[in-house]
Amino acid sequence: MEKKDHYELIILGGGPAGLSAGLYAARARLDHLLIEKGAPGGQVLLTDWVDNYPGFPEGLSGFDLVEKMTQHAKRFDLNMLTEEVTKVDLSDEKRKVLHLTGGDSISCDSLIICTGASANTLNVPGELELRGKGVSYCGTCDAPFYRNMHVAVVGGGNTAVQEANYLTKFASRVTIIHRRDELRATKIVQETAFANEKIDFIWNSQVTSIEGENGVERLNLVAKDGSTATLDVEGIFVLIGVTPNNDILPLDLLKAEKWGFIPTDIESRTAIPGVMAAGDICNKDVRQIVNAAGEGAVAVLAAENYLHSPK
Amino acid sequence: MASDKVLQVNDAEFDALVKSDQPTLIDFWAPWCGPCKAIGPVIEDLAAEYEGKVTIAKMNVDDNPVTPGKFGIRAIPTLIIFKDGEVVDQITGSVGKSELIELIGKAG
Repeated sequence: MEKKDHYELIILGGGPAGLSAGLYAARARLDHLLIEKGAPGGQVLLTDWVDNYPGFPEGLSGFDLVEKMTQHAKRFDLNMLTEEVTKVDLSDEKRKVLHLTGGDSISCDSLIICTGASANTLNVPGELELRGKGVSYCGTCDAPFYRNMHVAVVGGGNTAVQEANYLTKFASRVTIIHRRDELRATKIVQETAFANEKIDFIWNSQVTSIEGENGVERLNLVAKDGSTATLDVEGIFVLIGVTPNNDILPLDLLKAEKWGFIPTDIESRTAIPGVMAAGDICNKDVRQIVNAAGEGAVAVLAAENYLHSPK
Repeated sequence: MASDKVLQVNDAEFDALVKSDQPTLIDFWAPWCGPCKAIGPVIEDLAAEYEGKVTIAKMNVDDNPVTPGKFGIRAIPTLIIFKDGEVVDQITGSVGKSELIELIGKAG
């Protein structure tokens, strides 16, 4: 694909929000470019099975959903570039500039930020040292390495409980460690976990450190009442929510909230005219594929309004 | 296509490959791993950019159980940079191009 120096609209990131924005931008025949640092998909690629995206009554794998979203946008001539953006400069409202690895830059009139979010870490001793050696942030990726082993899952939300269910296909036992006394996951996901004989629970507890020589061997835990315990496991899956992918963004200009998520209005507009945000990077309560895709569409309509308004 | 530059290495060929004169980056991956798929285009780009300087190869951990076991790999993608048959450094997870360039640079 021939790359230009300037576009009317750039979409930054190719997860569900970005792919949906790409579809709407392509159909609107906007002079557009979607920039993604790897293959499109974002966090959906971490999901083994998607059962709550409307229009797919049998459910489908995260892979397949991404493939369909990409094909869909490409059918309308989505313009996509595989490149890593190192810095976004929004100091000039008329010309938003994106710096790329290797020193090049590219600019646009309007920008939609769809950089998404990544897994939170526990920030406890041993976690960094044993990452990839028993500490994992993706059950779908790493479950087959734990055949007939005992593993722990930390978290109580949808991702944690769904991944615990998936892990039981391989592991002999899965212990869910949750800091509260009840799960936050959707009821139907909870029901599956409670009915699964391979899953047990440690409630009101947090991991304080991870130990092991060449791989994870045990976890140290502390309960709400202050009592401590150890749990011998060969793996720990940390699934405790997400942190925004915002390293390259000017957080002060975008008026990011304290955790670094970007506030948007009902039309997906940020604090900067002509800059929209969609998907998990936004400051919001619900982070689902379906609303990310919805926000991507809304953001393109806001971009069109901005591009066509007199300046 | 850039993908022609990425070697597929197996257990039997592994030792000879990492002991060759060029530094070697091995991408341990599997077809069912989403983040492995996500970094695929980046690996292909790097293979083209470093052709003749650094060998860039992929090892499918499903088909090759011996080598991943030897290096204690329990998460993918894991990328290891080798020089003269020795591990220089490694990285796990879906990382960006700049981090991989930094990793490769450590064997310089």
